[in-house]
Amino acid sequence: MSETIEKLADREYEYGFVTDIEEERIPKGLSEEIVRIISAKKDEPEWLLKWRLKAFERFQQMREDGHCPDWAKLSYPEIDFQDMYYYAAPKPKKQLESLDEVDPELLATYEKLGIPLQEQKRLAGVAVDAVFDSVSVATTYKGELEKQGILFGSFSEAVKNHPELVRKYLGSVVPYSDNFFAALNSAVFSDGSFAYIPKGVRCPMELSTYFRINAQETGQFERTLIIAEESSYVSYLEGCTAPMRDENQLHAAVVELVALDDAEIKYSTVQNWYPGDKDGKGGIYNFVTKRGACRGKRSKISWTQVETGSAITWKYPGCILQGDDSVGEFYSVALTNNRQQADTGTKMIHIGKNTKSTIISKGISAGHGQQSYRGLVRIGPKAHGARNYSQCDSLLLGDQCGAHTFPYLEVKNASSTLEHEATTSKIGEDQLFYCRQRGISEEDAISMIVNGFCKEVLRELPMEFAVEAQALLGVSLEGSVG
Amino acid sequence: MKDALQSAQARFLAQATERIPPPAFVELRREATAAFTDRGLPTMKQEEWRHTNIAHLAGIEWAALHEPLAPPRSAIEDVATPIFACGLEVFIDGHHHPELHGSPGASEVETLGSTPAPPALLGRLADAKAHPFVALNGALACDGARVRVHGDDPRAVHLVFAQGSEDAASHPRVVIDAERGSRGTIILDHVSLAGARHFANSVVEVEIAEEASLDLVILQRAGGTSFHVGHVAGRVERNGRLRTHTISLGGRFVRNDLEVVLAGEGAECTMNGLYLGLGEGLIDNHTWVDHAVPHCTSRELYKGVLTGSARGVFRGRVVVRPDAQKSEATQSNPNLLLSDGAEIDTKPQLEIYANDVKCSHGAAIGRLDPESLFYLRSRGIGEDEARGLLTRGFAAEVLSALPEPSLAEAMSAVFLEKLEATGQRT
Repeated sequence: MSETIEKLADREYEYGFVTDIEEERIPKGLSEEIVRIISAKKDEPEWLLKWRLKAFERFQQMREDGHCPDWAKLSYPEIDFQDMYYYAAPKPKKQLESLDEVDPELLATYEKLGIPLQEQKRLAGVAVDAVFDSVSVATTYKGELEKQGILFGSFSEAVKNHPELVRKYLGSVVPYSDNFFAALNSAVFSDGSFAYIPKGVRCPMELSTYFRINAQETGQFERTLIIAEESSYVSYLEGCTAPMRDENQLHAAVVELVALDDAEIKYSTVQNWYPGDKDGKGGIYNFVTKRGACRGKRSKISWTQVETGSAITWKYPGCILQGDDSVGEFYSVALTNNRQQADTGTKMIHIGKNTKSTIISKGISAGHGQQSYRGLVRIGPKAHGARNYSQCDSLLLGDQCGAHTFPYLEVKNASSTLEHEATTSKIGEDQLFYCRQRGISEEDAISMIVNGFCKEVLRELPMEFAVEAQALLGVSLEGSVG
Repeated sequence: MKDALQSAQARFLAQATERIPPPAFVELRREATAAFTDRGLPTMKQEEWRHTNIAHLAGIEWAALHEPLAPPRSAIEDVATPIFACGLEVFIDGHHHPELHGSPGASEVETLGSTPAPPALLGRLADAKAHPFVALNGALACDGARVRVHGDDPRAVHLVFAQGSEDAASHPRVVIDAERGSRGTIILDHVSLAGARHFANSVVEVEIAEEASLDLVILQRAGGTSFHVGHVAGRVERNGRLRTHTISLGGRFVRNDLEVVLAGEGAECTMNGLYLGLGEGLIDNHTWVDHAVPHCTSRELYKGVLTGSARGVFRGRVVVRPDAQKSEATQSNPNLLLSDGAEIDTKPQLEIYANDVKCSHGAAIGRLDPESLFYLRSRGIGEDEARGLLTRGFAAEVLSALPEPSLAEAMSAVFLEKLEATGQRT
């Protein structure tokens, strides 16, 4: 068994390649000047620049006051915000007419990642807004989506073409003053995705963005905004891989979702960024603020995430259940191996009547991995009949890892019902033995048991993603079972 | 708020210099005063105090009483019923009253204020540097009890801490040594003589030696105007067993900290708790079990009933250290909210650093089950009575685990009485 383990544990990060593309960079460091340059490069309107500057001021203030969050169960060296590039984009050579004009190396990269950019992959039914480092270079299926009135594209385009929508919703769910990393993102965000689903439209395909961190020492500061008008539906996929690097890279994204009356947003993530090597060298620092607002009655927001990458994960996708009868869901599989650390969970803020939330979190910890579930369920005084069910299970593989649970339940309404359960255990010897005596190899048995452990979450993923997620678990997990 | 805390800190520190403490407390006072000067009183910015605002407590000018009341024995008996035929010791406003003691059992009870204690007896387990109120207690404590449990003691030790004077603060200190192979029961009973507003800040240190078994009952029933902060620090050696029963019935401000280190293989700890929040009261229970070595078991059940606009806080922390394999830990915190104004903040917390463990926790918050109510009502039971029955049933799981059946019955009666007194059994 130990041989298998070592073999698997030693498996190199599969997606570690670097694409050589000429890049355009602005100088290292963070200052008001840099914020202005980013804004100018993107040809942004005055109001957005002002907003960025306010955020920057706030960020500086928080930095001075020492507000860099330290409550999470994570340990990492202090981040030097001056020793980083805040903007990097592939140099615009000329206006692109079709996919053929896209840098072939870029296309090859996407191909390696399996992104269906090309026409023949249209059958996959996925429209991709690929973010390569910081600027969207190609968008497919736009026409088809436009026919339905769906707007889907890069954030910068949205600022140009639909400033009224961006202005109305930007920062309405995650204000720039929300937290340290949200303030940083608001000041220097480079690009991201924007989706708008008009009233009554059911988005015919799954919208998808592939984020990829490419340039060395470049923090990515993505900003995503999704608005679902009344009675609309959208499923959005976000998947990530990053090439192998030794320098720690910072990623501080902000995602804002807005669901109006009867609307539903399903947001799925597979995150497989470079986790660092066996000794914890390198890897992505991932500090993300994701939040959805169920503004309308009977609206629904569902977060599903599979987090297997990054050296540090700091992520709490939440739902603000404002509308009566609105529903929030959070399904998560998080995996930490080697020296990875994850502090992740969710926030469910119940404000409206009869709001419901479900939290299913599965944590798997292996090697020296440290993993924490941190969640908040808050029932406000007016949330009559609110209902929450939370389940947080941890699976421990190996005797050097840790799994921790920090749920906060704050209830101010007596007519609500909450249940929270958590368990921590290791893979049962008897389960393994049972599989082995039926001729299933140890590796397969562990994979089966782990996939079974995560089933409740994986089945929430769209088909294409579920496959990738299972494969990812296979690669990252089995390797360290002891 | 910061100013209020600082002036409260200054007032307490001034009290610490008023009189020289008895010999047993000299060393403790020196260290604790330094810690309290350093750290002061906690604010809500500290994670341990996130849901608990002590502004009200700090705003009152608590007096240190040096010449306590001398109430007749009957006054104590009235409030401290049921008093068993057991080793009774009474402390009034923090001072021992030797004339009120009962017949001794097999356990030895010494008072710390009058008998010379061995050096470094106090402060071995309760860390003044980590807990502001432990520091405050250490700085101001001048009396208390040391209980040594030998052999198999069928008679419970009953320590009554009665509060008599308005706006008085007391800082009692208790040290319990359950000696090797011993068995015993100790009841710490916090009561009020006159329903006066007062502040009790107690620290209990419990050591369970190998193979020893102890039931520690902490009753807090001093009434709706009482401020109570209690800290219990325990350590259980190999195959030792500690069962705690923390029953808090009402109070304006109640904060219980319970920390147990399972330090020897095979050690066991059961922590039961019941808290009843009434009126505008706040009841906060913090527990911490530290599985420091392999093969230990901890079980925890804390149940809360909250009425009026009472607030409940629960935080249960279970830590399983690296190498503490084969640990088993369960934790459960169900809460019943009986009125619209009631609130609960609960945080069951697991920190696991070993892999071969079985740990689980659960928390639930809800009201009385409408179906159960309907069932009872359909059988001709009035709504009020049905609610009372269900609430009592909810509490019974904790109360029935009390070491003496008669104590369980008596506490059940007190529980109902307190609940009914609010006029809303709802």
